[in-house]
Amino acid sequence: MSAQTIELPAMDSKALAPINWKFPIIYGILAVISLVGFGLSVGGDVWSGISVNTGFSRIQFAVPSQVTALVCTVIEIGLGIWAWQLTAARKKTPVGLPLGFGFCFVVAFLVRAVAGSEQSLQVTGLLQGTLFLSVPLIFGAMAGCVCEHVGVINVAIEGQLLAGAFLAAVVGSLTLNPWLGLLAAPVAGALVGALLALFAVRYWVDHIIVGVVLNVLVTGFTSYLFSTVLSEHKDVFAVPTVLPTLPIPGLSLIPVLGPVLFNQNVLVYIMYAAVVVLQIMLYRSRWGLRMRACGEHPKAADTVGIKVNATRVRNTILGGAIAGLGGAFFTVANGLAFGKEMSAGRGYIALAAMILGGWSPRGAVAAALLFGFADNLQNALSVVGVGIPSQFMLMAPYLITIFAVAGFVGKVRPPAQEGQPYKG
Amino acid sequence: MKLELRAVTKKFGSFVANDAIDLVVEPGQIHALLGENGAGKSTLMNVLYGLYAADGGQILIDGEPVHFSGPGQAMAAGIGMVHQHFMLIPVFTVAENVVLGHEPTSGALINLDEARQLVRDISARFGFEVDPDALVEELPVGIQQRVEIIKALSRDAEVLILDEPTAVLTPQETDELMGIMRDLKQQGTSIVFITHKLREVQEVADTITVIRHGKVVGTALPTASQEELASLMVGRAVDLKVDKDAAREAEVALRVADLTLVDHSGLTLLDHITFDVKRGEILAIAGVQGNGQTELTEALMGLRKPTAGSITLDGDELVGKSVRQIIDAGVGFVPEDRSRDGMVASFSVAENMVLDQIGHDPFSHGGALAMATIAEHATTQVEQFDVRTGSIEAPMSSLSGGNQQKVVLARELSRELRLLLASQPTRGVDVGSIEFIHERIVAERDKGTPVIIVSTELDEVTALADRIAVMYRGRFVGIVGPDTSRSDLGLMMAGVDPNNKEEQR
Amino acid sequence: MSEQNTPAAAAPEPPAWRQVFAKIVNGSTLTSILSVVLALIIGAILIAAADSDVQEKASWFFYQPGDLFGAIWDTVAGAYSALFQGAVFNIDRSYTVQDFFAPLWDSIATSTPLIFAGLGLGMGFRAGLFNIGAQGQIILGGTLCGFLGYALHLPPGIHMALCVLGAFVGGAFWGFIPGILRAQTGANEVIVTIMLNSTAIYLLGWLLTQPSFKQTGSINPISPPVDETARFPAFFGTPINLGFLLALAAAFGVWWLMERSTLGFSIRAVGANPEAARTAGMSVPAATVWVMTLAGGLAGLAATSQLMSRVSDQLTTDVASTFGFDAITVALLGRSKPAGIVAAGLLFGGLRAGGYTMQAFTSTPIDVILVLQSVIVLFIAAPPLVRAIFRLPDPERRRKVKEVAA
Repeated sequence: MSAQTIELPAMDSKALAPINWKFPIIYGILAVISLVGFGLSVGGDVWSGISVNTGFSRIQFAVPSQVTALVCTVIEIGLGIWAWQLTAARKKTPVGLPLGFGFCFVVAFLVRAVAGSEQSLQVTGLLQGTLFLSVPLIFGAMAGCVCEHVGVINVAIEGQLLAGAFLAAVVGSLTLNPWLGLLAAPVAGALVGALLALFAVRYWVDHIIVGVVLNVLVTGFTSYLFSTVLSEHKDVFAVPTVLPTLPIPGLSLIPVLGPVLFNQNVLVYIMYAAVVVLQIMLYRSRWGLRMRACGEHPKAADTVGIKVNATRVRNTILGGAIAGLGGAFFTVANGLAFGKEMSAGRGYIALAAMILGGWSPRGAVAAALLFGFADNLQNALSVVGVGIPSQFMLMAPYLITIFAVAGFVGKVRPPAQEGQPYKG
Repeated sequence: MKLELRAVTKKFGSFVANDAIDLVVEPGQIHALLGENGAGKSTLMNVLYGLYAADGGQILIDGEPVHFSGPGQAMAAGIGMVHQHFMLIPVFTVAENVVLGHEPTSGALINLDEARQLVRDISARFGFEVDPDALVEELPVGIQQRVEIIKALSRDAEVLILDEPTAVLTPQETDELMGIMRDLKQQGTSIVFITHKLREVQEVADTITVIRHGKVVGTALPTASQEELASLMVGRAVDLKVDKDAAREAEVALRVADLTLVDHSGLTLLDHITFDVKRGEILAIAGVQGNGQTELTEALMGLRKPTAGSITLDGDELVGKSVRQIIDAGVGFVPEDRSRDGMVASFSVAENMVLDQIGHDPFSHGGALAMATIAEHATTQVEQFDVRTGSIEAPMSSLSGGNQQKVVLARELSRELRLLLASQPTRGVDVGSIEFIHERIVAERDKGTPVIIVSTELDEVTALADRIAVMYRGRFVGIVGPDTSRSDLGLMMAGVDPNNKEEQR
Repeated sequence: MSEQNTPAAAAPEPPAWRQVFAKIVNGSTLTSILSVVLALIIGAILIAAADSDVQEKASWFFYQPGDLFGAIWDTVAGAYSALFQGAVFNIDRSYTVQDFFAPLWDSIATSTPLIFAGLGLGMGFRAGLFNIGAQGQIILGGTLCGFLGYALHLPPGIHMALCVLGAFVGGAFWGFIPGILRAQTGANEVIVTIMLNSTAIYLLGWLLTQPSFKQTGSINPISPPVDETARFPAFFGTPINLGFLLALAAAFGVWWLMERSTLGFSIRAVGANPEAARTAGMSVPAATVWVMTLAGGLAGLAATSQLMSRVSDQLTTDVASTFGFDAITVALLGRSKPAGIVAAGLLFGGLRAGGYTMQAFTSTPIDVILVLQSVIVLFIAAPPLVRAIFRLPDPERRRKVKEVAA
């Protein structure tokens, strides 16, 4: 089978290429929803309460619901028309356009959601909760990025999170030291990663099969130990320990963002660092170049002297360690003892976030934050007493992901040879 | 650097790919390794490059025995290789591809400036024009090949192995490559030039080693005649001419008019192609690989939807019809990539024999397979086409390439056809089977079926064609008679119409 | 590299007993058995290590090593014997013949949903589709099956048939979605089915808060019980009911479909080589949609053995239990072939049923069954590893080498 495909050089004008109207149409539909659902569905004299924690004090104010929602809708329509024109002129839409559109849509939605309610919308709380719920997703998605770029599909993120949570809790409890628990978490994740590498790289077992089965294995293993050893010796193995919150002097006082971003425990700070480092190293460092070569064209990597399978094993273990570290979120970062299946499917959502983020750390973080936001929103809105059933809010991230992979959000290419064993 | 191979042997199971091969590459020489497809040339070079472990023999550099357990060590010893299928990462830039594996770094990050400079320096030495920041996947094949050469030279390769480098090039690009090879030689690099094309060998080689069935069968000087080289290479006098009568005059069966295909990114892959094929005539479509032949066959089969134009077979419009409908209309198709498109490797020979006929009487009734009929059919066809297989239940993957191709051909020829479309019908097929396949195709023509052959091998084209169409960049440069000279065909393959010597875009 | 890999030259025929031996050693049967053995050994280590008696004896190891081994033996043998007795024959606690066989009937009843869902997943695997959405498909099947079961009041036979159909249609709908998305947009079915699993839980969770689904007077999200008329008749007072026969019939149906029908031929061709299937005029999108829909329907049927039996006749969000995920291991263990899936379903059904007995009568919790299941599948997926552990010869080597040469 020939791997060589030859692209012909462009010849004539692009006059015949069909224009893809997908995005303008989606914008149009969303703008209509925004107009009818948020703007026109509320009376003119209704107000929406908003509460912001500036870092020093709490500010409460109210905005007129209909006017705010309509203003947002008008901006949406404007952006939609702009997108229409750009598409018609065959130009690329700037990154800010969908972001701005999304922001306006969400603001309109929130203002409508709390319209006329006694409770006001807790903006700071909403952001804090979003970040909080995103932590395991972001670690998981980073793990996915590392593994997939080296050519290994990591469905075992769930198991790695759970294993990390388990070992962090147990070590933290044994030593009564949450820091040691934090150190132990990546070890557990790395072990699961090593098993994934063993079966996927060494024995060429289908990566998805190994991943799914490893998740069952880790669930069974940790649940078994939870039901036996941990339950029998609660005082030894199940003492909750908690990582302290470390506000960063100065930064934590920034209005709105300070309390959200810089009044966190060390795990969150590690996360910031991990995201930045990965985003740079993946594309700019020797390590990143070589590992991506193994995921894109392993044979080519081999011919320049890169040991493909060794690289894959190493990075799969590294990926597992990153996810394992994220598992510490469930236990020592929250001061909780281990509980059965406490990762509750977050690993799968992390996988979805990575795909939605287009296999880049930056995109994955954005997607994870979006999922965290949707997850948190149902908490926040149920406090305010909004009549949207919580189940639908909980469904949102899954539905968004389905739309995304079905190509409604734009196509990105996964690493070319992911999931393919290298038999060199 | 003097490179020497002594009695290198490589086996795959019971199959001996290289049998005690001796080879000496003197410094500053172009040493051609000549042999048929499948003679064991690439295997030998993969052993030399450390990709395969040899089962016996020695490699010596400047008289010192060396042992490579991976390409890294071979490169460190000064051996570079340009593979037949390029070893470039499509999503990396030129500079990134060139430095991959020996990256200059500043701190934790790759020093891209240094990498770019490296590309520019080497390009300048040979007068290449390569943008170090271009993405490799966006470059034309000829340029990609230069990137491969730069990549090898950036590691100070003293011996450069070029594996079938001209397979994807136009005659003009081939000439340029020959020039580059001479330049390299002048600057002291030795070259091992692997090919099965006699003309190229005669043009640049200093020494020629001929390999057949994994053994060195002789050495020659470039002054040797083509006939001598060919008989060494094939082991007997080759006569690719197929005995056939001239085509009878008959009515047109297939008409293709203004067929145009633009892909989603706006590339024009087929550009207003117009031709017709008569009953009992073979139209051969020649051209360098990748000039739209694949897309043309796919459009004819309904595998790709053309942007404009029409295809009529005996007056019926085929554009807009599904693959199923086109097959049912009596179009037989032998795809160019047999293992990808023509067969299911894990299916049995019998199942492959009915792969595109399964939904019909007599092979199924009301959705249920007629197992006995399928087996009977397979037994008959295996006999008629001399398919060497243990049983009709054997998986297709256990057959040799030539026998697999016979199965595909048997399947397509086992029914009444109104058009036969065969793409690269003898690619990867042993010499014995080539003759057989050619005879069958001519027999089908003699039955009155219009036939289209797509081939990149000029020998095959001239042997079979009643008329020859040459494709270049999605266009037909011209349609000429079977007696057109090779040099004229070569020019046409580069986009020049010899009757009208003005280069087309 | 287009060397002719001529079929291996005829070697002298080895003696007959060696051929038989080679067949067993090389075949997947031995690997499967050895995988189960390995899993049981790993399980034994876990069981022993977590036992407090063993832990205590271990601290005395250097004084009385015999005690430790005795304790390990007692613990492991106790757990596995309880597992066996809970899964196959009740030797210790039976007073009647019924009692003696009761565990076996339990195992068979437990295996029914695993077989249904496993058949669906296996079909997908053979079409090259990694459908891990059985969980959601069971939930949707259960939703429709349960609703028809309590909301309608029909004569016995018709009501039962309608509920079975409802389960199939519900699951088929949930399978159709990833199928059509894959066919039309190329959306990765792994991701879509994972997402649909969670979506299904929330959808059912919401429905169960609605008046038409919620049992009147209940605070919990639980539906009214399914009518008597919609339940499978049981056989001779055992928990085995018509559902199991239906599962066997489905297995036969899937075999016929895959091996003897044109649709199955296309599905297998698309799974093995989609490019060639397309070139041969088959519709890859159609095959994809068919497979996913049928697979979803089969998985949906798994809900019938829950809702239409005496075990649990009310619809909750737990209707699928973990059958959907366990069925993945069943399909893998059964190598996606119907007969294998029935066998694997019976094995895992037995482990599950026996696991409850083990949990009830010994200190070993049922979670260890998950470990056994996953370890079995891991080993079965990697025969070279099993062979390496038992130092068996490698029958694949020759074939692999030939692939390289090709």
